[in-house]
Amino acid sequence: MSHWIVAPIILPAFTAAFLVMALRHDLARQRIVSFGATALLLAVAVGLFALAGDGAVRPYLLGNWPAPFGIVLVLDRLSALMLLLTAFLALAVLVYACEGWDAKGRHFHPLFQFQLMGLCGAFLTGDAFNLFVFFEVMLIASYGLMLHGGGAPRLKAGFQYVAINLVGSTLFLFAVGLIYATTGTLNMADIALKAPQVAAGDVALLRTGALLLLLVFALKAALVPLHWWLPTTYAAAPAPVAALFAIMTKVGAYSIIRIHAMVFGPEAGELANAAEPWIVPAALLTLAVGAIGVVATRRLLDLVAFAAVWSMGSLLVAVGLFGPRGLTAALYYTVHSTIATAGLFLLADMVMRHRGQLADRLSSAAPVAQAALVSGLFFLAAIAMAGLPPLSGFIGKLLILDAAREAPSAAWVWSLVLATSLVVIIGFSRAGSVLFWKTEAAGAGPLPAGSAAPGPAAAGAPRWPASAVLAVAVLIGGTGALTLFAGPATATFEATAAQVLDVRGYVAAVLGPEAAAQLGGAPGVALGR
Amino acid sequence: MEYLIASGIGVLTAAGVYLLLRGQTFPIIIGLTYLSYAVNLFLFSMGRLAIDLPPIVDPAAAGYTDPLPQALVLTAIVISFGMTALTVVLALRGFLESGTDAAQAERDGGVTGLAERSER
Repeated sequence: MSHWIVAPIILPAFTAAFLVMALRHDLARQRIVSFGATALLLAVAVGLFALAGDGAVRPYLLGNWPAPFGIVLVLDRLSALMLLLTAFLALAVLVYACEGWDAKGRHFHPLFQFQLMGLCGAFLTGDAFNLFVFFEVMLIASYGLMLHGGGAPRLKAGFQYVAINLVGSTLFLFAVGLIYATTGTLNMADIALKAPQVAAGDVALLRTGALLLLLVFALKAALVPLHWWLPTTYAAAPAPVAALFAIMTKVGAYSIIRIHAMVFGPEAGELANAAEPWIVPAALLTLAVGAIGVVATRRLLDLVAFAAVWSMGSLLVAVGLFGPRGLTAALYYTVHSTIATAGLFLLADMVMRHRGQLADRLSSAAPVAQAALVSGLFFLAAIAMAGLPPLSGFIGKLLILDAAREAPSAAWVWSLVLATSLVVIIGFSRAGSVLFWKTEAAGAGPLPAGSAAPGPAAAGAPRWPASAVLAVAVLIGGTGALTLFAGPATATFEATAAQVLDVRGYVAAVLGPEAAAQLGGAPGVALGR
Repeated sequence: MEYLIASGIGVLTAAGVYLLLRGQTFPIIIGLTYLSYAVNLFLFSMGRLAIDLPPIVDPAAAGYTDPLPQALVLTAIVISFGMTALTVVLALRGFLESGTDAAQAERDGGVTGLAERSER
């Protein structure tokens, strides 16, 4: 048993505790330790990704209790991929945050590490209640991060965010209770094993539990009609935090894949694909709402937040197709959408920092500092986000459209994905041209008198430190790399999708081959779905 | 007993949802608390209702009650307790900084109105 599997949880946990206890007042050293730990986490994630690349599902028995009784962590291709994505994103965001955001309040770095712990735990755990616990770890840290820096608007938005997530947690507990009551277990592999065998009278209860869970994950993934908290929260959160939150919506998508495509997937007897009728229609609505938000808003942060909602719509359309090709597309799009959204949030912060009182309002002002660099990066990020060639959004969209070709909802998927893409392109080009091209001579125009120090943006503004620019460039370069290596990446994602749908292999790895035999049927029979 | 527990959970949930839909922060906090009480009772009853049975090994016991939901309830209580404290602090800070306990973030111009409000 490889003990490295538990490292992505332990490492941030100990780092956070160390930061709080030993380096509470020493921001410089906090930065060094936090950076070192996150870099180490990335190294561990790379190692685990390579380890999972052989296609084996590796359970890790916490406390060495045998599988259905103790809590297991499970490392498979999917969790390794999500870990790698989390660590990569975290490192870039951390470098950006060290440029100044982390000094605006206390305890940024410990909260950041606790957030990483919750994220890694949620991706690794193989137990439904443990998933709840790691959701809470992640959310509690995110409450702290979201409120970092304070201020009345942030507090108001923060209260809404906390309240809606508490309701989500309550629903999660109701769902877990129902699942335990009907199956008598909370181990994911064991639930998959017991779900086809529940008594006929309990099927409705178990279905209710499964769909309540879908509701909780849809809330996290900002699926319409549960999306409305996202723009308020993300636009009010500090920029690096909003960028890190790009992975939080993906936790919802990951959980839907794990629970509804695998545990309650094609082999769950009466409950097979219980979530299928719900996800695609909701995801198509998400596409529409996100795209309308992108063109309707007058603020850059809202625009990026609605673009994030829209990209979650595309992602969940692919998840909702539930086939191996749909999942492959969904995984590709997950990686793409996470780094593109994060890059855009950081860029939005760079843009608004030097616009004085105009902040992120989409109206013309003096040119931003280092306009060529910032606008160039914004151009690339917008291309990636909107799904124009040559960056990865385009390939992701192609994969989704291709996967949807034979689905009954193909006409809807094609028309909505393509139409909303056009709307998003219009939204981004309008924002970009207002921000970078319709600039005015400094001091003239509608700048309020307070900020009319002549030409501050163009001449006297501090240049961006290389580290911040590098962080953004690395994120956008990531979408470029995802395009360049689309072939090998897609092959990996295909293998991942096949492994997710092979619930028999998962059960055999966690509970032993005898248990998997109870699932009945020849291996691979249901995979053709 | 089943009827009592079930109707208790129902009433708590209904009261919680009603309070959640109010526009002020304090009723929302109370609503969240009611909801967490309801879910704790619900989780507890998911191990089946039993009277006078021990949850741990006892040679003299006639039978056992399911210990797992009790562990789950403990975890849920701890988390909801901490969260209630956090929401109270948040609501208080929000009230002190903005002078109103309306839960709705104010909207002016943009969708969130963040920057405009912070200018004032």
